[in-house]
Amino acid sequence: MIFDYYPGCTLNTKAKELDIFARKAAEKLGFELREIEDWQCCGAVYPMGADVVASKTPSVRALKASQDNGRALVTLCSACHHVLKRVNRDAAEDAEFRATLTAYDEELEYNGGTEVLHFLEVLRDKIGFDKVKAAVTNPLIGRKIGAYYGCMLLRPGAVMAFDDPESPTIIEDFIKALGATPVTYAMRNECCGGYISLAEKEMSAKMCHAVAEDAVRRGAEELITACPLCAYNVKKQAGDILPITYFTKLLAEALGLDGEEAKANA
Amino acid sequence: MEKIGFFVCHCGSNIKATVDPNVVLDGVRSIPGIVVAEQYPYMCAKTGQNMIADAIKTNGLTGIVIAACSPRMHEATFRKVAEAAGLNPYMVEIANIREHVSWIHKNKEEGSQKAVALAKAAIAKVKLNAPLFPEENSVIKRALVIGGGIAGIQAALDIAEAGYEVDLVESSPSIGGKMAQLDKTFPTLDCSACILTPKMVDAASHDKINIMTYSEVEKVEGFVGNFTVTVRKKARSVCMEKCTGCGDCWNKCPVKNIPLEFDLGLQNRKAIYIPFAQALPLVPVIDREHCIMMKSGKCGLCQTVCQPGAIEFDQEDELVTQKYGAVVTATGFETINLDKFGEYAYNDSKDVITSFEFERITHGAGPTGGELKRLSDGRKPKSVTFIQCVGSRDISGRGKPYCSKICCMYTAKHAVLIKDKYPDVNVNVFYIDMRTPGKAYDEFYRRGVEEYGVKYIKGQVGKVVDKGNCLTISAVDLLDNVKMELETDMVILATAIQPVPSAKPLASMLSASIDTNNFMTEAHAKLRPVESPTAGVFLAGAGQGPKDIPETVGQAGAAAAKVIGLLSKDVLLSNPCTAMVDINACNGCSLCAPVCPYGAISYGPATVNDHGLKTIERVSHINQALCQGCGACVVVCPSGAMDLQGFSNKQLLAEVDALC
Repeated sequence: MIFDYYPGCTLNTKAKELDIFARKAAEKLGFELREIEDWQCCGAVYPMGADVVASKTPSVRALKASQDNGRALVTLCSACHHVLKRVNRDAAEDAEFRATLTAYDEELEYNGGTEVLHFLEVLRDKIGFDKVKAAVTNPLIGRKIGAYYGCMLLRPGAVMAFDDPESPTIIEDFIKALGATPVTYAMRNECCGGYISLAEKEMSAKMCHAVAEDAVRRGAEELITACPLCAYNVKKQAGDILPITYFTKLLAEALGLDGEEAKANA
Repeated sequence: MEKIGFFVCHCGSNIKATVDPNVVLDGVRSIPGIVVAEQYPYMCAKTGQNMIADAIKTNGLTGIVIAACSPRMHEATFRKVAEAAGLNPYMVEIANIREHVSWIHKNKEEGSQKAVALAKAAIAKVKLNAPLFPEENSVIKRALVIGGGIAGIQAALDIAEAGYEVDLVESSPSIGGKMAQLDKTFPTLDCSACILTPKMVDAASHDKINIMTYSEVEKVEGFVGNFTVTVRKKARSVCMEKCTGCGDCWNKCPVKNIPLEFDLGLQNRKAIYIPFAQALPLVPVIDREHCIMMKSGKCGLCQTVCQPGAIEFDQEDELVTQKYGAVVTATGFETINLDKFGEYAYNDSKDVITSFEFERITHGAGPTGGELKRLSDGRKPKSVTFIQCVGSRDISGRGKPYCSKICCMYTAKHAVLIKDKYPDVNVNVFYIDMRTPGKAYDEFYRRGVEEYGVKYIKGQVGKVVDKGNCLTISAVDLLDNVKMELETDMVILATAIQPVPSAKPLASMLSASIDTNNFMTEAHAKLRPVESPTAGVFLAGAGQGPKDIPETVGQAGAAAAKVIGLLSKDVLLSNPCTAMVDINACNGCSLCAPVCPYGAISYGPATVNDHGLKTIERVSHINQALCQGCGACVVVCPSGAMDLQGFSNKQLLAEVDALC
């Protein structure tokens, strides 16, 4: 099984672990992430500005490339997943948007036909958590892990169509498949304040603390996330409360892939 | 040869100002068959009516056309005039030159010409009219009320008081419905049980009311005045006649810890139980799913202790078939499931409850004996926060788009009940809009704010987090336009209400229509609010739309009055403008029955005379009493066998020809 893959900028820099472990785990689970050529940064924030050409063209190029390849497009980063799915919806439903783009460049003619998937959706819907469970060689028994969804992975619920935005279960099911114990806590789908971590440090710190403290109160000993911004922010602001890692690292560990070696290659 | 009379009404200046009656008369006078063409300022007035009657008698008219207002206004009037003058009432046609011409046009010349065109169409049609004769159907003098809550009880009592037999069917083991679960009622704070229980007793002891609890409607056939309904009386496993309600059985039953439905699972019951102390009938039921005797055959303690010998483990469901003239649906409501509203932490925290659960907590017979307590640790809360519109007015698709109507007032009631008993408890209410129209309602809500110090915050809550010893609420205060956090000890959710799930299959059995939210639809939103579009089916209570107790009781009384009016007739005349099948053309393709909204079409053998060759064919059959003349079957019939009496294809095409 081959999927087109859009890593996004952060996975080439700050969040290399998110990327490397995913590729290794995919190999072990029998599918390939084939990086699309010449991809450009999605912007990491869904653009609301009037100039759709400047802001949404990179996403449309990636989506169209995947359509031409006849494959689904997989992302790992919460922000990329968020932006690509929303731009994909625009291309499918907004005729004016399509017309503006094609007026700029005929090669941007695209009507939203690509299936955009988060890596977790691939595991749940294409591979199946039962298969993931069967492939686990190093079950993480006894580890109490909290899923930290953050805000972007789930919302807007109708467009992401990822999970129930108010009571998601996909990462908990993932944790269960790896043999660990998921810890459900209320703040798991709240924002970490990542976008204001520079402008309003105190507010952002308060938000990270609220998440980490709620997780600890419910018995979590570590957190996993799919979002580079969450990982960075929570580690920085609340890293002393409990550790946070990428879900792909946990997956690699459970699949018996040598984490240290992978890290060294990174 | 037909003799047609034509009459133009001026409707004072309503028609005459825009339509010249002389132009209309000149336009039709020369049409073959027209023998009378007259005008009058008010055709519907006595003099106008006499003018028509005289013309019919004098000229031996075979049909009349009146160019006047909408047939919805006076068709019935002119049909009566025709009938009194010896003309079949279905030989009357109306050309609507008021709503369709004078009221919507300004140019008199063009208006007059359009009136001529409409008159010509009506004349073309009336020439093809045939006399029609309504059928007479007898009326069964017995009513069925479905649902034993306050709506059903009230409707049953009112019908029975008028002297008619009523069967009251209730699916749970006791009548009483939601009102029996309530503590106090707004805005007077009457004790709910104190005002409901006497009505329950009245209904149970009334010699004209036959109550069937633990029973469900299984099958409905027939039509207005003559329904045949089968009710399944579920096996109670206790003999109604022998049981004295002493309670020995449920005291001895060893099966505990079954969540008591009546208490929303906040208290437990036994496997043999009555739902509440004032249950009527005061006869327990055995929950066969949990009864040890039923599961393994080893127990029978209840049977051993029952002195009258009322326990009957081998009882079976009983099917009762009865005929009724009218049916009242009073199926009521339930609260929606909150699984999709994770932000309120209802599934996550014992201290987040619904308003209905609070109703049981504040009730003296409830799980805490009426004491305000947190369900997690039994601590008395220092602060309680209500959240309104949980799932109501929700267009996200998770909840209901409508206003549940009762929540603003019951929340105001709950807030006052807490403040009255525990003045030191802080009470906050999050609301979107306050909706308190109703007699003494707004005064009650204001008293809560001004005298009891209930704090209202305009805004919706985004998140509730259970921190163990308290709950944190994140919200926006829309009046101050600030994001706020609030610590509280208990959260109470005013949860949206919806019709019970059994309403939909019931509506389908009754051929009564329901709306997109599964509420029963009324025949006319304003003018026929307690009647279903299906003749003989009437509506009461929250199954028709969210409503509070006074409104429910009022509607139940109105539905009962309609039932009494129907049952007081000995026969019903059916509308003869119904579908008719030409059995020679029908090939029994079965396309028509599925489109019939009234279940009036069936199929069966009939002798068909094909050019002298008699054969028996499967053909469509119309039940004339059920057919409402909508014409859906005519449209769908591929062989042209189906036609509508009074509106035949031939008549409609003649109208079109006359117009073009």
